[in-house]
Amino acid sequence: MRVLPALSSALIALMLASLTIGAAQVDLRMVRQDPLAMLVLLESRLPRTLAVALTGAALSVAGVLIQALVRNRFVGPDTSGTAEGAALGLLAITIWAPASPLWLRMVVASLTAMAATALFLAVIRRLPAREVMLVPIAGIILSGVVGSVVTFIAWQHDLMQFVGTWLGSGEFSGAIAGRYELLWIAGIAALLAWLAADRFAILGLGDGVATGLGLSVDAVMRLGLVVVSVVTAMVVTTVGMLPFVGLVVPNLVARLMGDNLRQTLPVVALSGAVLVLACDLVARIVVAPYELPAGLILGVLGAGLFLWLLHRRPVHG
Amino acid sequence: MIEIRAVSHQIAGTPILHDITTRLPEGRLTALIGPNGAGKSTLLRLVGRLEPLQAGRISVAGHDIATTPTDRLAQVMAVLGQQTLIASRLRLAELVAFGRWPHHKGRPTAADRAHVAEAIRTFALGPLADRFMDELSGGQAQRAHIAMAFAQDTEWLLLDEPLNNLDMSHARALMARLRALVDQQGRGVAVVLHEVNYAAAWADHIIALKDGRILAEGAPDAVLTEDLLSRLYDAPISVGRHQGRPLVLHHA
Repeated sequence: MRVLPALSSALIALMLASLTIGAAQVDLRMVRQDPLAMLVLLESRLPRTLAVALTGAALSVAGVLIQALVRNRFVGPDTSGTAEGAALGLLAITIWAPASPLWLRMVVASLTAMAATALFLAVIRRLPAREVMLVPIAGIILSGVVGSVVTFIAWQHDLMQFVGTWLGSGEFSGAIAGRYELLWIAGIAALLAWLAADRFAILGLGDGVATGLGLSVDAVMRLGLVVVSVVTAMVVTTVGMLPFVGLVVPNLVARLMGDNLRQTLPVVALSGAVLVLACDLVARIVVAPYELPAGLILGVLGAGLFLWLLHRRPVHG
Repeated sequence: MIEIRAVSHQIAGTPILHDITTRLPEGRLTALIGPNGAGKSTLLRLVGRLEPLQAGRISVAGHDIATTPTDRLAQVMAVLGQQTLIASRLRLAELVAFGRWPHHKGRPTAADRAHVAEAIRTFALGPLADRFMDELSGGQAQRAHIAMAFAQDTEWLLLDEPLNNLDMSHARALMARLRALVDQQGRGVAVVLHEVNYAAAWADHIIALKDGRILAEGAPDAVLTEDLLSRLYDAPISVGRHQGRPLVLHHA
């Protein structure tokens, strides 16, 4: 397979570019002799580059999983209530226990993200199976409802600024050493999903086939729910939710390579990392020395890609 | 042997099956027949643990389906429900290969690959092996799913209306294939059939269901009588003979 080497090369090239581009001059060849450049590299550039790549990869994998769980291609972790659920948890702990340590915030955000996603799955189960478009609509409505609860509470407590960073537009300038490491957990969760890739591929064939092949449908659903929620919660906590990645990347890869997830999940992860890195680079270059949120570029690009997908493939749901 | 004891089932308060007790003999081809809504698919799905058992007991080759782990059951029986639209973009060969999953759990051996290749060959799917499932016709997709269940290579094979979407020649080929599975490998096969003549031509044992109860069961010659079939389908039906087996006739 030539896709993986090509994507890996693209990822490495973009990561190198990400390490060298920015307000401060960092020459990778001279960095050993330049303590200031070394500081910038290790404290800012490298963490940011890793944060971007991990976010893109993990969110894309989470997108594949949520699509397998609901058997519908038009949902992502950003339109299933997951991100808003995580934000609700973060908001609650910010209000009730503002001094709580990071790990506790992370756990709470993951749990509330799970609760919101579980609610989404429960709603989906009650919809008529043939009404393919009801699934994304239900997800968008649920996201909207939970999101407005978050906004209402945040408004009451004068915490709207926080909500802006969690659900705003995904922005990596805050990703410096010591403030991005949670994303490794998202990356590990995505890796865990890859180890169970066959199970998710079989789940995508429907409950009947999955049960016939001896799969515990509920157990696989729970695993998927946990991975999607943990990935999303980590992203929301550290850099804020990114739109479209979890929707567009899985669709593009499925379109070109199919749904044998054991083979395609690495491609999905690499593609997600490449896409978000490219967007982050554009966001840093277009108005240099200032920068735009990467999510903004992604929103524009993602919307375009998604329209193209809708236009060129017949709706199979 | 599949043993069904005192199985009752209801869906949303409507009774579907009433106190069903029967046996499906091992090493035989058993056909479940009956009018629409008789409960034959439900019974097959209960045996295949695709629906949770509400009342009664079912055991498949000595494994109580309520207490045996589902992955163990998948090594004893392969079950194929009626196909619904699936969104998954697997290639046909990948789908059939998942039939071996209960045995290798992700680490296929050469023997597993051989089973998959044989299943693809048996159902003449070779030319379609690299096609995506959502690019196949209904009949091709149906054959691919049957090939997957076939590759599972279990003591029992349960198929819910497998002839749906199949033309006459593919339907005949499938029944002949099931027959061979029974005759040459001693497997047990249970199929829900709509068209009674497929049961008449190929089955060893017939269970006729009506309104959630067993109206008759036994060998084709015993079950496929004019009186019984007319009562089963509430329509005048005559039975002739063709090549030594019953031929069910109903015309205008």
